[in-house]
Amino acid sequence: MDADTDGSGGPDESGRRRKVHGMLKLYYGLDEEGKISEKSQSLDPCDINGPHFDPELYLNKLRRECSLAELMDQETCMVKQIRSLDSDMQTLVYENYNKFISATDTIRKMKNDFKKMEDEMDCLSANMAAITDFSANISGTLQDQHAQITKLSAVHTLLRKLQFLFELPARLNKCLELKAYAQAVSFHRRARCVLQQYSHLPSFKGIQDDCHAIMDMLAQELRQRFRDGGTSAKDLSECVELLLQLDEPAEELCDKFLSHARSRLEADLQGLEAEIRPYPTAVKDASARRSSAGSPTDSSPKTSSLPSPTPNTDILEFIDRGCNEFVSSLCLVIASYQELFINHAQTGELASKNIPQMANRKLHVFVDDLAAQYFSLVERRIQEEKGVSDNSLLVRALDRFHRRLQAVSKLLPNSTVPNQGTEIVIRAATERVKQYLAALQSFYMDSLTDVRQALAAPRLSVAGGTGSGGGPHLGGGATSRDAPNSLPELLSILSASILNQIKSVLASVHLFTAKDITFSNKPYFKGEFCSQGVRESLVVNFIKFVCQSSRQFCESAGDKGGSTPPALLLLLSRLCLDFETSTISYILTLTDEQFLVQHHSPVTPVTILCTEAREAAQKLLNHYVKVQGLNISQMLRKSVETRDWVNTIEPRNVRAVMKRVVEDATSIDVQVGLLYEEGVRKAHSSDSSKRTFSVYSSSRQQVRYAASYTPSAPMDTNLLSNIHKLFSERIDIFSSVEFNKVSVMTGIIKISLKTFLECVRLRTFGRYGLQQIQVDCHYLQMYLWRFVSDENLVHFLLDEIVGSCAHRCLDPSPMEQSVIEVICERG
Amino acid sequence: MEDDAPVIYGLEFQARALTAQTAETDAIRFLVGTQSLKFDNQIHIIDFDDENNIINKNVLLHQAGEIWHIAASPANKAVLSTCYNKTNDSKVMSCAAVWQMPSGWETGSHESADDSAQNPQTLELLFDLDSGTQHSSSCVLWEPMGDGKRVISLADNQALLWDLQESPTKATVSSTATLEGKGQLKFTSGKWSPHHNCSQLATANDTAIRGWDLRTMSQIYCVENAHGQLVRDLDFNPNRQYYLASCGDDCKVKFWDVRNVQEPVKTLEEHSHWVWSVRYNQSHDQLVLTASSDSRLILSNMVSISSEPFGHMVDDEELSEGEDNPQEEKVKEPLKDSVVSTYEEHEDSVYAAEWSSADPWLFASLSYDGRLVINRVPRALKYRILL
Repeated sequence: MDADTDGSGGPDESGRRRKVHGMLKLYYGLDEEGKISEKSQSLDPCDINGPHFDPELYLNKLRRECSLAELMDQETCMVKQIRSLDSDMQTLVYENYNKFISATDTIRKMKNDFKKMEDEMDCLSANMAAITDFSANISGTLQDQHAQITKLSAVHTLLRKLQFLFELPARLNKCLELKAYAQAVSFHRRARCVLQQYSHLPSFKGIQDDCHAIMDMLAQELRQRFRDGGTSAKDLSECVELLLQLDEPAEELCDKFLSHARSRLEADLQGLEAEIRPYPTAVKDASARRSSAGSPTDSSPKTSSLPSPTPNTDILEFIDRGCNEFVSSLCLVIASYQELFINHAQTGELASKNIPQMANRKLHVFVDDLAAQYFSLVERRIQEEKGVSDNSLLVRALDRFHRRLQAVSKLLPNSTVPNQGTEIVIRAATERVKQYLAALQSFYMDSLTDVRQALAAPRLSVAGGTGSGGGPHLGGGATSRDAPNSLPELLSILSASILNQIKSVLASVHLFTAKDITFSNKPYFKGEFCSQGVRESLVVNFIKFVCQSSRQFCESAGDKGGSTPPALLLLLSRLCLDFETSTISYILTLTDEQFLVQHHSPVTPVTILCTEAREAAQKLLNHYVKVQGLNISQMLRKSVETRDWVNTIEPRNVRAVMKRVVEDATSIDVQVGLLYEEGVRKAHSSDSSKRTFSVYSSSRQQVRYAASYTPSAPMDTNLLSNIHKLFSERIDIFSSVEFNKVSVMTGIIKISLKTFLECVRLRTFGRYGLQQIQVDCHYLQMYLWRFVSDENLVHFLLDEIVGSCAHRCLDPSPMEQSVIEVICERG
Repeated sequence: MEDDAPVIYGLEFQARALTAQTAETDAIRFLVGTQSLKFDNQIHIIDFDDENNIINKNVLLHQAGEIWHIAASPANKAVLSTCYNKTNDSKVMSCAAVWQMPSGWETGSHESADDSAQNPQTLELLFDLDSGTQHSSSCVLWEPMGDGKRVISLADNQALLWDLQESPTKATVSSTATLEGKGQLKFTSGKWSPHHNCSQLATANDTAIRGWDLRTMSQIYCVENAHGQLVRDLDFNPNRQYYLASCGDDCKVKFWDVRNVQEPVKTLEEHSHWVWSVRYNQSHDQLVLTASSDSRLILSNMVSISSEPFGHMVDDEELSEGEDNPQEEKVKEPLKDSVVSTYEEHEDSVYAAEWSSADPWLFASLSYDGRLVINRVPRALKYRILL
């Protein structure tokens, strides 16, 4: 049962201890903590530390739940706890007791002290009452004096101000003397309102007038300084600032400032102008402008610069100078102007007067005006850049020009100046492209002249070669070897040099779009310049020019055909054909690649150019055929017209003119063969392919000739028409030819033989006349068949000639075919 | 609206000379002279029956020689002139003469058209145009619209103006113009201008065209290098006095305003060989006929340089007539210069082409093989011009 009591006693004690704890805590202001702990306490009646602990319940519970051993343990544990708690309690009691003792001592001591203090406080309040009385007394007595003093001091300040006012003129004068303008202005500003207010009083009025006079002087002085050129920018800005403070009208100041700046900038411009080649009107203009400006400072540089004929500096130097002198000082002017009139005014009281807007407007007008002058100079200078030799210089100059203008655009964001500058660059670029086109064209014409000259020399040797070359069919090979500048070489030289020239021009033009050039990223240079400028107006136009100038050779050569050497026609024809097949597309691809042409706007397609080139080639070749055909025709015609065919002798030889015809045909064949491919022939009869004429002519021709001019039939015209029917296809004599040798030769021979035919029909022949024609025709037959695409054509035309001749013959007795052959083979 | 097919007539001999019978204005009649060295040459009188599309022919013998040029008198139907080659032994001479058709040539023809050739009558010589010196005549020109009393013959480098009036048997030279210059100059062709009171003549020699004043027999203009090569033929615009057409061996037909001889007004390049003949239609001068040795005949409509450039407009001389309804005429869409038609009926060189003097819409062409083709202006064009 000990356990029971112990068990019950334990909790009691601990509860008491708790209470003590709680009271202490309360005492020391720790109730917060205690509350928390209290709240956390459970309501469990079995919690031995809890407030609701029920010893009965706890005991019962223990007894129900625990074994004996456990109860024993529980008991010992509880006893131990009780003991420890007891000792704790004792210590606490001791501690608190001591504290209570000392506290009681302190309180007792305080009681004594307070009593003493109360006495002293009574004494103090008595004293204070006395002091209040005294103080009231004193202030009562001093009241009057104080008011007087205040009044006096006010009078004193007023007097001092008055004194300042009275002294102001003198002070201002002194400041003026010392050139302490800023001081003077600040003095004046301080006095100004007062003077204004009291200006109805005569004395003040006097002062005000004096001040005004002085300030006017000062303003005059300032203005003078402002006007004088020599003052530095800082001085100048100070001046302006002061003048502004003096209520000088800002507009006037702006004007003055600008006109001052203008005179300096114009001096720069004149310096620039002097560098441009002085042509009379310009000089006149410039001097007129200077005299109208009329300022004496201007006249001195004029007299010094004008008489000395300055050698033309190159454009880069010129632009450099323009940039360094004009543009940079323009920028300076803009900057200081903005500082003075715009930024400064915005902060000060001047902002209300719309001065920044006004000033800005003036500045724009000013800058635009000067820039316009500058641009006109630059443009004049650029226009003088006629030579196309060094494009990089121009591009660099333009680049610099453009770059420096960016500074202006930074200063004046709304200005049109940079745009105008860009436009100038664009104009210069397009101008340059035009010049390149002109240069290309003249280059082309020059190289044609060269080709002409080169052709003139070997042509002589061709003539000589064939003349001495014996057999006409042998002459061909010799001529091609003789000629040092053979046609293919000339052609390749010509086309290569054209191509090179185009390439180099493209390269120079390409500089305009180089990455490091500032204006190259302008939309114009990215788009239009590449497509319209370079591709269209340079490359395409050049190609068109080549075609057109080639065509002109056909027309200007006119009907005489003598002015242009036929070889040149042939060469140009081949050139145009080459253009069509490869060169044009190559050049255009090159251009498109180099300039990354984006085809925004419609550009001339390659096919159109190719068609044009092909047409030109065709026309040239046709013309060539015509000219060469006419050359041979003329020989044949002369030979037929000038002879008396009735009274001619029996033929012993082929006439020399026929040999000449064959020779010419051979040399033409060689010439054409140098540039054009062989072409397709109609299948040869087996015998003709052997090129043994004897076999060929004896077997076949005899029959045909015999048929055609047997004079027995009275209705001989029918025979001709019969032959016609065999060749139902109509022969167009002057018709278009194909781009190959055979076709060209066929054309030439057709023209020649048709002329022969028509001439024969206009003459009357005797017996031997007919025979001579027979011989001639046979000779032609022997040599001409191999030039043409369809040998039947030659046969047919020659048959016609002999047939017509037989009709026109008074005594048509043809010569034996064998005799003809013998004569022909004898040469 | 189908156009009528061309009518073809074949001569036995080769032929170059063709003319319309100028004095005949009712019947469509052409004269053709043949060229044969071996047989007697003939003059075929071709009558064309427009309604039945039939050709009637009469043959007259021209025994003097082969005919190179033929021209009919503008006043007398029965009178014509020829230039012919006479061959004596081994000599060929070019002569010119004026002939009279035998009186009865027309009577027998209709009954026996087929066998008229078997019994041809011979031309009667009226005048020999022989000035006595050795000249080879290239053509004879009658005074246009004249009384048939004045002719010009071109011989070598001389133009001889003959008067046929003075004596009934002998023609006399009333004046002469001589072409002077380097080398052997020779007139190839010529034309007597119907304008200026018939006082002008145009001639062609080599590549030049020259104009002559017949009153003074002096040169009035000269188109040097009118063609690249030989000028073959000339014709005057019947309505525009300064306009002249020429053709030549450069395959071109050129139209000239003789007041400006530097540049042709217009050039046609349709033929593919020499052009031998060019003829203005006498009523509608926009129609121009050209014949070429490429065997083609080309009819061109040269509206822009005609006297009616805006359709049926009237130029200054006819202004009084035109004032009636100018509004209506301007409405019409003007025709453009164009080739109306290319005629390919010939198979040999066509050396001559002529408009009929009776029917302005009809023309004949003659090729060397003796084929005469009669064609009409396409109806569509005809109505466009007329309406």
